[in-house]
Amino acid sequence: MLALSRHITRGRLFWLGLFALTWALSTYSFQLYKLLDARWVIRFPSALQLNLDTEISNFLDWLVNEAHFGLFSFRDLTRAIAWMIELPYQFLRNLLIEGFQTGIGDGAVQIAPSLSWIAVIAIAVAIGHYARDWALALLVGVCFLYLAVFGQWDSAMITLASVLVAVPIGAVGGLALGILAYRMPWVETLLRPILDLMQTVPVFAYLVPILILFGFGPVAALVATVIYAMPPMIRVTIVALKTVPEELLEAGRMMGATPRQMTWKVLVPAATPTLMVGVNQVIMLTLNMVIIASMIGAGGLGFDVLASLRRLDIGAGIEAGLAIVVMAIALDRASQAFSERRMSHPRTGSVVQRHPWTTTVLAIVVVTYLLGQIIPAIQNYPDALKISTGAFWSDAMAWINVNFFDTLETIKTVLLTTLLLPVKKFFAGIPWFWGILAMGLIVGRVAGWKLGLAAALMMLFIAASGLWGEAMVTLYLCGVSVFIAILIGTPLGIWAAQKPGAGRVILGLMDTLQTLPSFVYLIPVVMLFRVGDFSAMIAVVLYALAPAVRYAAHGIREVPPQLLEAGRMAGCTPSQLLWRVKLPLATPQLLLGLNQTIMLALSMLVITALVGTRDLGQEVYIALTKANAGQGIVAGLSVAVIAIIADRIVHALADKQKRRLGL
Amino acid sequence: MDKPVLLDCRHVWKLYGANAEAMLANGRIPDAAALAEANVIGAVRDAHVQIHQGEIFVIMGLSGSGKSTLVRCLSRLVEPTAGEIEFDGRDLLRASEAELIEIRRKKMGMVFQQFALMPHLTVLENVAFPLEIQGVDRATRRESAQKVIELVGLHGREAYYPRELSGGQQQRVGIARSLVVEPDLWFLDEPFSALDPLIRREMQDEFIRLQNMLRKTIVFITHDFDEAIRLADRIAVMKDGVIEQIATPEDLVQNPATDYVADFTRHVARAKVIRAQSRMEPATAERFAGEVAHDATIESIADEVERADAPMKVMKDGKVIGQITSRAVIDVLVGRG
Repeated sequence: MLALSRHITRGRLFWLGLFALTWALSTYSFQLYKLLDARWVIRFPSALQLNLDTEISNFLDWLVNEAHFGLFSFRDLTRAIAWMIELPYQFLRNLLIEGFQTGIGDGAVQIAPSLSWIAVIAIAVAIGHYARDWALALLVGVCFLYLAVFGQWDSAMITLASVLVAVPIGAVGGLALGILAYRMPWVETLLRPILDLMQTVPVFAYLVPILILFGFGPVAALVATVIYAMPPMIRVTIVALKTVPEELLEAGRMMGATPRQMTWKVLVPAATPTLMVGVNQVIMLTLNMVIIASMIGAGGLGFDVLASLRRLDIGAGIEAGLAIVVMAIALDRASQAFSERRMSHPRTGSVVQRHPWTTTVLAIVVVTYLLGQIIPAIQNYPDALKISTGAFWSDAMAWINVNFFDTLETIKTVLLTTLLLPVKKFFAGIPWFWGILAMGLIVGRVAGWKLGLAAALMMLFIAASGLWGEAMVTLYLCGVSVFIAILIGTPLGIWAAQKPGAGRVILGLMDTLQTLPSFVYLIPVVMLFRVGDFSAMIAVVLYALAPAVRYAAHGIREVPPQLLEAGRMAGCTPSQLLWRVKLPLATPQLLLGLNQTIMLALSMLVITALVGTRDLGQEVYIALTKANAGQGIVAGLSVAVIAIIADRIVHALADKQKRRLGL
Repeated sequence: MDKPVLLDCRHVWKLYGANAEAMLANGRIPDAAALAEANVIGAVRDAHVQIHQGEIFVIMGLSGSGKSTLVRCLSRLVEPTAGEIEFDGRDLLRASEAELIEIRRKKMGMVFQQFALMPHLTVLENVAFPLEIQGVDRATRRESAQKVIELVGLHGREAYYPRELSGGQQQRVGIARSLVVEPDLWFLDEPFSALDPLIRREMQDEFIRLQNMLRKTIVFITHDFDEAIRLADRIAVMKDGVIEQIATPEDLVQNPATDYVADFTRHVARAKVIRAQSRMEPATAERFAGEVAHDATIESIADEVERADAPMKVMKDGKVIGQITSRAVIDVLVGRG
């Protein structure tokens, strides 16, 4: 009895009481409603509901139809932007795949063909070699060859054209805004909350207003892509410029550099390696978004995946998905190599000797162009040599489904009945008023009462927008997925940190997983488990696993070696060392990993709306299909609210732990 | 000092904190306690420094003593809270941003503790960089850069990147870069502190060699008292933002103005600092064993004087101004008097 009472502290009592009360209210909310005959117990009173969504929609309508800035209307502005994006995009499409033509339709006359597939591969190889070495050149070359051989060339080039337009805009725009924020503190103060919000609002939510402003088509997709990919570049630029050593700035000032010279001759060159990391991020996010944006007309590989998902064409879906994976790997490795690239000594000699690669590539472009006029196989990869793996994948999936149907079904059913459904019932039952209060109490207890009040108000916003039920489904799916991701990820991370050999394999795998566009994860999941919460959960777990593993590995590795030596000298066994020294010290890192996992889970959850969940993501997705901007934005903001609250809770916990450890 | 003053700094203050300016309103001179009470940090307090043409002026202090802040006030990298700084007859604190850029481009050079080289430029490009900033054409700036590179002994490494050089070599690049504009006033902010002791010694020799050729006006920051006495014509000792004493190395050792300075100088090898003229006595001996220069350090003449069976003459401008005995030399060596 005494032993038990020792464990009951005031803190534990608080959490226990909160949980018990929530559980009771969740279980008996229906009875409570009957008992009190008060419908407001389970339904937010409709008289008090906010109509933010209609107002946003009306505002957008006004913007599109009536807004006028004196000299030009808002519509003129969007058209001008569209034109500016359309121009380079169309040029790249012509260059890479369609060829240059005059006239339209049947009257079209080809002026020049597109680059031959051989020329494109040669360019890719040259870039790979320039960025690092022959190995990378080979990897990039093989990736592009894969696209040609396996018949994905045309779609891949359309996707590549989008990436090639969006990346420069995103990178240069991000750099410019970052420099502005660095030079003028008020710009940074202004940008910071916007950046925070943009990182948490799900991507689908941007798509809706952009769809309304720019119409269905590649341009809208590109605008969405740029908006999505730019914030990390801004952040990276600010950090990169701020970490330029103070002495370098002083050196520049002592040489009498003007502010412009400071920026372009000192700051930016000195920060280039870090800035290239930002460009790498822009490229990967762009690819991710270009795929998602196929929903509003980006075309390319993303459209192929989406179309085959819709008609449940397993083979075609996997084929296009693999092409995305291959392209992601090629782009990621090449751009990463650029960020690690060091200045090398310039070559000497004639123009050809100084630029061997440029001249070789130019020669290949010209020669394949000329030969391509005579031999079509050089211009376009011959259809006869294309290999389609579609049938193979369909058969393989069919075989798995025939032979392992029972196993898969059992796993699914067991997890559904023992974990997902009970948790879902618990969350769905929580009455809105208690949910708001409980959230306020939790955040208040962990992160301070001011934040608690803010959290409660934010939850009230969700309830008042009529999205309480969807929000609870989001919480439940996100919670379960994160729980499973951490359950799998943390041991994997620890293992990776303890055993260098396993670590290389695991972390390498995680790196690759993280470069894959989120869309890709849906394909195998749908094939194996069809639609529903379970499929969504698996996709989310796969997507959100990487940070859990990485941060765990990082946290364990970062434990100071002298503490490990102290532990070993005190006679710790390896398992004692792990449990009593490494894990406690790694807790802040583990919590940061948890935070990242939650953020990724939320962003993926929205995309899993495609496989038929009933959460906020579905709400956004429906808004997208109905082009209802207000509904999309309000649901998107609700996801952001959940993300922000989760972020504050985890950060507060991490800070607390850090303070306890004196870090 | 009879040489003209190049940089004259009077009543210079640098305070950090919310009410820094108010603390100095109406010519008040707050003391350390008053500053602490107002939550203001006095990085530099009421500094007076006069730097003469052609001298090596060393500012010595431990970390946090304000020496780096003071030198940044002198170059206006940091804006002083109050005070006057006159450089080459011009009021430096009233100079506009454009004038300041002009002064820094043509008349000042600075060497940094962590070298502060541009990582993306080669040695040659780094050294030519100040000229590039000034808009000098490519051929001219390469030629000027090449000259200074040879001056600092880096010939043959022009095409290297900073990361391919050792610390000592990197600082040679830093020195070359600061000299390429032929500055009148040369700031060196702990230039050798990031180097290994052996390399540091070598770089000090190199620095002395350069100065014997160039005769620049130098403000040199260090936390190393041995380095200070080795290089300085005059030393300013700083503590908690206040200059405790400005004197020649010899004066500092023999007549420390405060306990703090005395603490510092106590463990200095005095024979390296004290010169013959300060330990001589009137030339009364009948026979002399030889002669020594008046400004030779005791260390450099000790062996000779101690070995001799008679006092030695102390010479200045070809005239005998006194004699020095082996007794006097031994007194210095064992730390008596």
